Amino acid sequence: MREPLIEVTDLRYVYHPDTPQAVVALDGLSFSVQSGEYLGIVGGNGSGKSTLAKHLNALLLPTAGSVRVGGLDTRERAAVWEIRRRVGMIFQNPDNQLVATVVEEDVAFGPENLGLPPAVIRERVGEALAAVGMTGFRRRAPHLLSGGQKQRVAIAGILAMRPVCLVLDEATTMLDPAGRSEVLETLSVLNRRDGVTVMLISHAMEDLSDAERIIAMDRGRIVLDGPADAVMARADEIPGGRLGAPPMVKLARWLREDGLRLPEGVHTVKALADAVAAAAGLSPQSDV
Amino acid sequence: MELTRYITVGQYLPRSSPLHNLDPRTKILATMALMVTLFLIPSFAGLGLLAAGLPALLVLGQIPLGYALRGLRPIAVLLLLTVFLNTFFGGGDGGRTLFQAGPLVATEEGFRRALFVGLRFILLVTAATLLTFVTSPVELTDGLEWLLRPFRRVGVPAHELAMMMSIALRFIPTLLEETEKIMKAQMARGAEFSQGSILNRARAFVPVLVPLLISAFRRSEELALAMEARCYRGGEGRTRMKELRWRRGDLVAGVLVIVASTVLVRLR
Amino acid sequence: MSDPLIACRGLCHTYLRGTPMEAVALDGVTLEIRPGEIVAIIGPTGSGKSTLIQHFNGLLRPTAGEIRIAGEDLWAPRADRRRARQQIGLVFQFPEYQLFEETVRKDVAFGPKNLGLPSETIAARVDEALRAVGLDPGRFGDRSPFTLSGGEMRRVALAGVLAMRPGALVLDEPTAGLDPRGKEELLERIAALHRKGMTLVLVTHSMDEAALLAGRIVVMDAGRVMLDGSPHEVFAHEDDLRRIGLALPQAARLVRLLRERGMPVSDAMTIGEARQAILAAAREMGSGAH
Repeated sequence: MREPLIEVTDLRYVYHPDTPQAVVALDGLSFSVQSGEYLGIVGGNGSGKSTLAKHLNALLLPTAGSVRVGGLDTRERAAVWEIRRRVGMIFQNPDNQLVATVVEEDVAFGPENLGLPPAVIRERVGEALAAVGMTGFRRRAPHLLSGGQKQRVAIAGILAMRPVCLVLDEATTMLDPAGRSEVLETLSVLNRRDGVTVMLISHAMEDLSDAERIIAMDRGRIVLDGPADAVMARADEIPGGRLGAPPMVKLARWLREDGLRLPEGVHTVKALADAVAAAAGLSPQSDV
Repeated sequence: MELTRYITVGQYLPRSSPLHNLDPRTKILATMALMVTLFLIPSFAGLGLLAAGLPALLVLGQIPLGYALRGLRPIAVLLLLTVFLNTFFGGGDGGRTLFQAGPLVATEEGFRRALFVGLRFILLVTAATLLTFVTSPVELTDGLEWLLRPFRRVGVPAHELAMMMSIALRFIPTLLEETEKIMKAQMARGAEFSQGSILNRARAFVPVLVPLLISAFRRSEELALAMEARCYRGGEGRTRMKELRWRRGDLVAGVLVIVASTVLVRLR
Repeated sequence: MSDPLIACRGLCHTYLRGTPMEAVALDGVTLEIRPGEIVAIIGPTGSGKSTLIQHFNGLLRPTAGEIRIAGEDLWAPRADRRRARQQIGLVFQFPEYQLFEETVRKDVAFGPKNLGLPSETIAARVDEALRAVGLDPGRFGDRSPFTLSGGEMRRVALAGVLAMRPGALVLDEPTAGLDPRGKEELLERIAALHRKGMTLVLVTHSMDEAALLAGRIVVMDAGRVMLDGSPHEVFAHEDDLRRIGLALPQAARLVRLLRERGMPVSDAMTIGEARQAILAAAREMGSGAH
């Protein structure tokens, strides 16, 4: 088996350790991520998912356990910058990660930090903006962009550093539906076409419909880890109760209770329509 | 409310004039040289010549005259005060008395000095505002960083200062938007910002300032984290995509400024 | 018949008029909200929803057209807009960002204080409002709002508006950024307020939310009202909705697809209704159910 891209082993993290306000945010997590995966991490408020995200690029260091990125341990001081280049992070608030007054200069920020020659930086900026479909906005000021556009610029800023993995920490939570679908579309393309590993963290199951695998978290522990369909189908079994099952999952379960024979793992409108029609004995719809 | 209507940071006028296209370092240095020269010019002739040359600069920079004159409005009061004080109190042994009103004596000598100082004041302010007309805030930041770099040896954090200025510029429109939002939210709860004494109005702003400050702190924490995630570790080893490059125009401008300064300072 | 609570006629609003960045946000909106209604205003970003609701309490002045609150023209020469701000409680998006006081009680008291109420009344109103949002005044009253969780802070902000005892509550994306359980709880609280008689106007992006709560849906597009009616009436225009980037609630889409396959499923807006409709159709078809 290939060496995993990211390997998390018995990860434990305590905020304010050894004080009366100590909080165990992560309570012994273990999982690994293969190169090219599209992984969704889902959990309610307080599940520890953002804390986990910050361990993946050494913004936080473990209280116990370890995190390895491409074989590099995040606790190795000398390795930190290479780890951060490989694992790029996009944050929740679109505004609070754009640093420059002009889009192309913001995308250049990462490569500039890496000390690359100006000509190389210019090339990378052009490539990155093209990869997220924002080339026409090169010279625009960030505050004039929509939420979805800002997040795409943030993604471009990471791509310009040629990472192997993108971690999105609730990056769709503050966006309107249009912005959300822009970002999810961009991620899907980057994953399928360019082989970029994607880890999308969200409390909304609907955001994870492109993920192949989902990890569900509750109170600092992994409670489910498996293929996306399977996890979504069992979403309302996740302890903590902060997540609901996606509406179609709930409806499918009710209909099964009522006697309809429906397959497991149905979670989209179309899939449920197909399943119900089949169960009712109707012929499958011909392709329109 | 549309607060963004009222903000034009530094009054920059986006154009593509010969002045605009000069390297920002040239423009900053030229402005500094001009200001020093103004203090060294001994005679009216020199000041007059410089004043005569200003319209040429305005034309070169495609700055409308009205726009330039409006830049003088804020200092009008200060200007009058300066002229007044110098006329009545700056005379030394004065010479002929022009006008007397009780203890206030306006001497000819005093008046002449007043005019000189006043004119110099106008020219100083005009030089500074001209710089901001033809140089964008971003360029000014880049230029200043380069000029401050030699002083790093004596502890001036040139890169950090430039980074601070650049981030501040980036967030001004965002913060203005947020201020407007917060004001509206508090107005929806009955707050009034345009009534009452000055003290009352100031107090009324607390419900706007506190959330704004808290939000600003949160922003800076999040931004710092995002910058670190993008491998930012200060100015060491950092390159820039946009490089400042001297061009022929800069050389020409530099020579002109040196020649003009020398002549003006010598003129009697 | 009593006056509508909110009535606008031909309402127009243009931002930055007379500058090169002029933008028309509202282009002739005519709309009435009657006491006791619960109305969802839905539309893509840029349709003018946020601009519209700021006219309801006089925060914005129309560039043309008329806005009346409880029958009174808000911009008539002697109009009292302060009263409109008390009658129409406006809660902005992410309202927790407006908290500023040292304690929860003081922040919630801000509104009543601005109304000039006596201090005993204010104290009573504060407690009443905190209880209405599910925050025990004893436990939360003296804490700093900034030590609370995001969801709790949002409820404090809501209490701050409720403490003014408005007749109508206008909420801009009240569940934005909350996790699924947080959304459910907040919507339930809001629905409870409506049951007690509060008129509600909800601006939302989510058709599912609108279908769940609203008795009436107003769809906006490019500064105008495109559709205005009951959820059933509005959802009949699926193509128009899709054109402006809005999808039907998932239950309604499911029912559409099933009908296309030849299954006689009646209209449904929520998954509860869909369950009933599908079972009824299956029984009618006599197959699939055991």
